[in-house]
Amino acid sequence: MTNNDSIIKIEHLSKAFGDKVVLDDINLSIRRGEFITLLGPSGCGKTTLLRMIAGFLKPDSGVILMEGNDISNVPPHRRPLNTVFQRYALFPHLNVYDNIAFGLKLNKVQSSEIEARVRKALKMVSMTDYEDRDVNSLSGGQQQRVAIARAIVNRPKVLLLDEPLAALDLKMRKDMQMELKQMHQELGITFIYVTHDQEEALTLSDTVVVMSDGKIQQIGTPIDIYNEPVNSFVADFIGESNILNGTMIKDREVEFIGHTFECVDEGFGNNAPVDVVVRPEDIYIIANAENAKFTGTVKSCIFKGVHYEMFVETDKGYELMLQDYNAFEVDSTVGMFIKPSDIHVMQKERTCNVFEGKMVSSTDVEILGGQFQCADCGLKEGDNVYVSVNFEHIELMDNKEDGTVIGEVEFILYKGNHYHLTVLTDSGEKVYVDTNDIWDKGDIVGISVNISDLHISKKV
Amino acid sequence: MKILRNILNYLSRRSTWALPYAIFLGIFVALPMILIVIFAFTNNQGEFSLINFEKFITQPEAVNTFVYSIGIALVTTFLCILLGYPAAYILSNKNLNRSQTTAMLFILPMWINILVRTLATVALFDFIHIPLGEGALIFGMVYNFLPFMIYPIYNTLQKMDHSLIEAAEDLGAKPSTVFWKVTVPLSMPGVMSGIMMVFMPTISTFAIAELLTMNNIKLFGTTIQENINNGMWNYGAALSLIMLVIIGISSLFSDSDEQSQNEGGII
Repeated sequence: MTNNDSIIKIEHLSKAFGDKVVLDDINLSIRRGEFITLLGPSGCGKTTLLRMIAGFLKPDSGVILMEGNDISNVPPHRRPLNTVFQRYALFPHLNVYDNIAFGLKLNKVQSSEIEARVRKALKMVSMTDYEDRDVNSLSGGQQQRVAIARAIVNRPKVLLLDEPLAALDLKMRKDMQMELKQMHQELGITFIYVTHDQEEALTLSDTVVVMSDGKIQQIGTPIDIYNEPVNSFVADFIGESNILNGTMIKDREVEFIGHTFECVDEGFGNNAPVDVVVRPEDIYIIANAENAKFTGTVKSCIFKGVHYEMFVETDKGYELMLQDYNAFEVDSTVGMFIKPSDIHVMQKERTCNVFEGKMVSSTDVEILGGQFQCADCGLKEGDNVYVSVNFEHIELMDNKEDGTVIGEVEFILYKGNHYHLTVLTDSGEKVYVDTNDIWDKGDIVGISVNISDLHISKKV
Repeated sequence: MKILRNILNYLSRRSTWALPYAIFLGIFVALPMILIVIFAFTNNQGEFSLINFEKFITQPEAVNTFVYSIGIALVTTFLCILLGYPAAYILSNKNLNRSQTTAMLFILPMWINILVRTLATVALFDFIHIPLGEGALIFGMVYNFLPFMIYPIYNTLQKMDHSLIEAAEDLGAKPSTVFWKVTVPLSMPGVMSGIMMVFMPTISTFAIAELLTMNNIKLFGTTIQENINNGMWNYGAALSLIMLVIIGISSLFSDSDEQSQNEGGII
């Protein structure tokens, strides 16, 4: 069971704050010497996971193994790892030297050795000659360097970094990224890095762990994560992408945006609904529309430095994002094609909403914490039922009182010709909605469904 | 019209708003100070003289009272820290104190007049047959001034960045080490302002001393009050000035602690 190569192993880790589940059955193995990044939007549980590894939080269930030993209940001061905090957390009453020496002094290291190691750590973060400075007189970047030196001087087996560069400006962040990567190579210790910045994660890591809603969505190398996202969340979160509904006609043949394309994916079955991801840089655009796979009209063209970013409306009315080194005039007709290997097909996570509910009378069903009218289908009061509703049959309303239940728009995915929304209801359930209307994340909406669009089946 | 606009302009300036208080300050703070200095350096004929200070130094009774008052103030301050720090620590700890109500309860005694509280203490001591005297005096002082110690400490502890404690734990400090090496040093500004709030007024108290010792123990404040009451304005003023200088020196001492400028304080 124990893998000699792994330094930290997390098994079935769960944590809830009150009713809110922040980590849901996390399993993760971290190799010795690896640079691993926990990546996800705010509130996905990445920081909670890091704080649990550090020991500041206790898991509700599950274990954290370090070199085979369960450390879940070991207090933080006895764990052989150190943390670089997001807001540095330098001791304001100590100068740079004493901040860095703090851990060494506690471990009763000889003073001559402390001095040598502090100087070495300062040199490593390019802060030599700063030892007598008051930490409050340092700039953000310098404080960050001291915080890193304070952690690495203790020679931890694992270094935890909680969004360490989030407070720095762009230029400084880029420099520090390179330095961190170099430091990781020199020290040879395991880095566990938390960030919400996908570019940072791709730049730095050996392994990226994409998290959302307290679950791990995908674990892989930066290249895998970018080229082979497992679901539409990962595809949308990592880099720019066109995410479209498609149908797998048969192996190596997929239909989307109204055209049939050759692809390299197999094993989805015939006529299976799928999500298709195409990166904007993978759509080739040519001025000559005649020989192209499909055509479209350029709707906008913006210079982005290295490339131009264009939105093109295709002949079948889908909107695609493209990147190209050449600019194409707005309103001009262009031709496009996509290489089979650049079409990434993903299993659809869901094809319609399914809610668990209960009949309140023969024509009323209670789901999502509200009562919906439904057609009489011979079920009695008190029967437990499954109710399925297609994505496009859910109606969202501006005026939340008009809906049967109330929800908040949590996540928006543009699918070329419509939006796919995730709406979190007050009852804590998720409703998926396909709509052409434009909503914003965080909008509070009323949700209702027509009588004829509720499909009820008895729970057995 | 122009005059009216000038007046309006003048009124809309922010500094104008300080005027009422500046007048108040002049009449009730600056002027009495000046009078104290003038009276201290004159004899009862109104001529310049150092006779009052000479009298203070040569009278062992006055000097003794002075030293004794400082002693009582030091003991009171020390006891206030001893009782107030743990209280503030508990109040600021979210695990131990989940609501602001407890903090409020600690501050509540401040709402009652100091004399009322002291008279109640006297009645209480009488009731349970504890003789009034030095012990009662120190009890009364601590009881009255404790909130002034708790609140500034509570304030600094509450504002303290919790990640500093986590950082110390992370670097290998066990809970007791975290307390002594991080929590205590970082709460020093609060302790300093607590000391200011307790030490200074305790030097000059006299009502508490009178009531809780049945006038048996004299504090420096009492001496000043007696002299002023008996028409010895010049000597009383000199004693007041000496006390002010001592308080001034002690406040300078605490200001040199640079951290007290950015954190702590009663508000």
